[in-house]
This record gives sequence, C-alpha cells and structure tokens, in this order.
Amino acid sequence: MQFNNIIREIQQVDPEMTERMSTRRKAMKEIAGMGAKLTLAAMPLFLGSLLKKAYGQSGPAQGAVMEILNYALTLEYLEAAFYEAAIAKGTALVPAGAPAMAIKTIGDHETAHVAFLRSAIMSSGGTPVNKPQFDFTAGGTFPDVFTNYGTFLAVAQTFEDTGVRAYKGRAAELVNGGDLLTAALNIHSVEARHAAHIRQMRKANSFGDVKPWITGKDSGIGAVVQASYDGEELTTQAGVNIVNIGGQNISAAAASEAFDEGLTKDQVLAIVSPFIAQ
Amino acid sequence: MIQQTSKALSRRGFLGQASTAAGIMVLAAACDKDDDMMPSDGIDLGSGDVGILNYAYALEQLEAAFYTMVIATPYSGISTSERALLMDIRDHEIAHREFFKAALGTAAIPALEFNFSSVNFSNRDSVLATSKAFEDLGVSAYNGAGKLISNPDYLTLAGKIVSVEARHAAYIRDLISNGSFADTTVVDMNGLDTSRMPSEVLMAASSFLKSKINGSNLPK
Repeated sequence: MQFNNIIREIQQVDPEMTERMSTRRKAMKEIAGMGAKLTLAAMPLFLGSLLKKAYGQSGPAQGAVMEILNYALTLEYLEAAFYEAAIAKGTALVPAGAPAMAIKTIGDHETAHVAFLRSAIMSSGGTPVNKPQFDFTAGGTFPDVFTNYGTFLAVAQTFEDTGVRAYKGRAAELVNGGDLLTAALNIHSVEARHAAHIRQMRKANSFGDVKPWITGKDSGIGAVVQASYDGEELTTQAGVNIVNIGGQNISAAAASEAFDEGLTKDQVLAIVSPFIAQ
Repeated sequence: MIQQTSKALSRRGFLGQASTAAGIMVLAAACDKDDDMMPSDGIDLGSGDVGILNYAYALEQLEAAFYTMVIATPYSGISTSERALLMDIRDHEIAHREFFKAALGTAAIPALEFNFSSVNFSNRDSVLATSKAFEDLGVSAYNGAGKLISNPDYLTLAGKIVSVEARHAAYIRDLISNGSFADTTVVDMNGLDTSRMPSEVLMAASSFLKSKINGSNLPK
C-alpha cells in the first residue's frame, strides 16, 4: 500500500523545471557564500532553505527535486531498517569485534542519511514519504537473512551496490543543483565505501569471491540478485573503448571495474519492491 | 584567532616543504574555502567543463603515476592479495587517465611530471598512507567538482568514477586499519563524505607535482 504511494509520488515530474532553472541558479549564487560558515548540524536546514528559495512554495512545483529526495529517502529507509534489524540480533548474527563495529558504522550512516533527507525535505516545505513496512526475506527469497551471517552479508552487499547505482543514476537530474547536488554526491561515495567494506567482509569469510570493486556483472552471490549487477560489465564510456585504451594493457575486467554504472529509477524500484511488504 | 594562527602555521609548513602524505589532509583542511589560493601561472587547465575534465585528468595522472611506481617497486612484505588489488587500482587509474585524455582530445593538458621523493616505496606504511591520502583527496575532489559541471553527461561520468575511487579509499583504509573505511575523518555526523573545491585540492596535490598547474580559470 505504502509502496504504491511512494511510486506515485516519485513518478511526479515537474514540467516547469527548465523555466525554474534561472531563478534557481540565482538562489544558489546568493546562498553560495554562506556555505563555508555553516556548521554540519545546520546542513539539512540549509538545504531546505536552498530548495525553498529555488522552487518557491511547496506543491507540485517542487516536484522534480522533491521526488528525487523522497526516492533517496525510501532507499535509505530500507538500508537503515535492514541494519537496525541485524544489529538487534546481536552476536547471533554478526560476530562481535570488527564485524559488529563495521555494521554499526554503516547502520549509523544510513540512519543519519534518513534524518538528513527527512530534514532537508521538511525544511523546504515538502513532505517526506512514510517509512514502508519491509520484508527483508523478500517474500521468502532470503528466509535466513537475519539468522545466517552469509545471507545477511549477501543482502547487505546487494543493497550497498544498488544504492551506489541508484544515486549515480539520478545525479544528472541534479546538474547545476549546487550544494544539494554536493550533498547527494557526498552520500553516494559513502555508500561506495560501505559496499567496498561489505565485499571485503564476504571475501574474508569465503562467502563470495569478490573484490572491493565490481568485476564485469558478477555479484558473487547468484542469479537471485543479478538485476543489481546487470549493466556493470560496460567497457565503453562516452563512445571510448576502455579495453587496452591508449595502448595500455587494460583488460575487460579492469575496464569494467574502473567505472561503476548507474541504474534507472524503474530498475531500482523493481529491485527493491520484493523487500517492501505488500 | 587561534584558527587563523594554526592556519598560517599549516600554510608555512606547506610552503616550506611539507610533502608528506599525512600533510595533505591537514593542508587541505586548513585551506579556507573563501581564500583564493589558486596559482595563476603554469599549465592552464582551462575554463568551463573542459577545465573540470582537465582537472580530473591531472588528478588521474597523479594517481596513475603513483600506482605505477607502487607496482614497479613493491614494498617489502607485500602480500599476494595486496599486490593483486593494488595492480587493479593501478589499472583503474590508468583507465581513468587514458579516458580523460581521449575524451579531451586536443583540449587535453600535456602529460604532467611528478615528484614522489617524499614517498618511501619500499615501506608499506609510507605507500599506504600516501595512497589513502590520494584516494580520499580524489573522492573529495570529484564530490566538490560535481556542482561546477554544466553538462549532465559529464556529471554522470564523474559519478561513475568517484564511486570507484571511494571503493579504493575504503580498501586502502581497511589495509591500514580494518574498519576505518568510512571513519569520522572523512564522513561527518550527517553521514556525508568530504568534498573539496579545486583550489584546495590543487594546493594539496602540488607538493607531488613538478609541473605547475594553473586552475584559476576553472568554474567557481
């Protein structure tokens, strides 16, 4: 139910966005000078005021940016709830010491992302989407997600790699977005740091033969998560073939690893929808 | 006042010859965003999106040259797994470098010359500390440059590269200290990574550059 609402909300498009851009740039410029003086805690409020200034009052006019922020919020809800549930299992799921500390670090970041995005949306007059009910077994696909460490890390890797691809896939829509774009990029690279670490945890436990980066479209998990990795095998960027580029000895594997690929909104929603309780 | 003094001290250290890896981050942090420290002589990166692409090209040249050295003269005690993954990183950085060179065509800056005399390539700690500094700097450079890019396609390309740099950064950080992949020195209380403007990044990188770079025409 809730998920349908989310989809409806994030499918809204702001047709007036282009016309708004010039006003928006002006607002960005006006506020740009303030950036250095803001404290970290004030950032969500700052973003909010930036949005309000750029898009005027709440309503469909803010649609394009609000839609992206709520899209991001939905994914962060998913990740935050996932780690929260895992941490609640204690050492029965994640071994004490370095593994538990790493999961705590990652979970804290996801919770912070939720708070940051909610605050940014609210302080600009928007309405954050509600947190959906999640089913991390994905309708029984991962029945032991919170009792089997290997399954848990496999789902974690999939969420992190998908998160990276989700932000990346929509960055271009925030072009000229000033500090809002910067904030999105700053979340995006944190998700990539998470992904790299989770992948190393899986490797260290022989759960999967994976590297911190994605080789080809290999998940190291199995067909069940393949949709999160399809497209990563790309070895041509902007019409330039990366394999052996410039006479260098660059393999197809390295060429695919060197560039992460984005996912469209529809692709991401198809991937996460099994995790949303209907 | 205190802030000003420590800033001045950090700069003096930099202008002297503080070119250690650990110094990079201190310097980058000490460089105030409002200051215009951009050197205005040397190789001109250019303006607009071309300038930003050349800026990225310069950083990828730096990283590629560094990892080429790391693999050519591996540090003592390097493990099989470390060597394999550091070779991967070298290949990624070379791929990035060559991609920008190809994409820029005649607008590309020339090949740069580097000075890695502050790095002890036979010492694991020295190599990994430098690597960590470069990767974190690279992530922050791409994150900071995003808002300076006008063409959405270029923004997407920068996004494809920055997450790979972040994966590198996390791996190297974990090699130095497991669990430091996203610690509080790079991720703030909102869960946001670090971003830096070109002036800060170029200043931090300049101690490793023989060539002088002029970023004064970059978008601000």
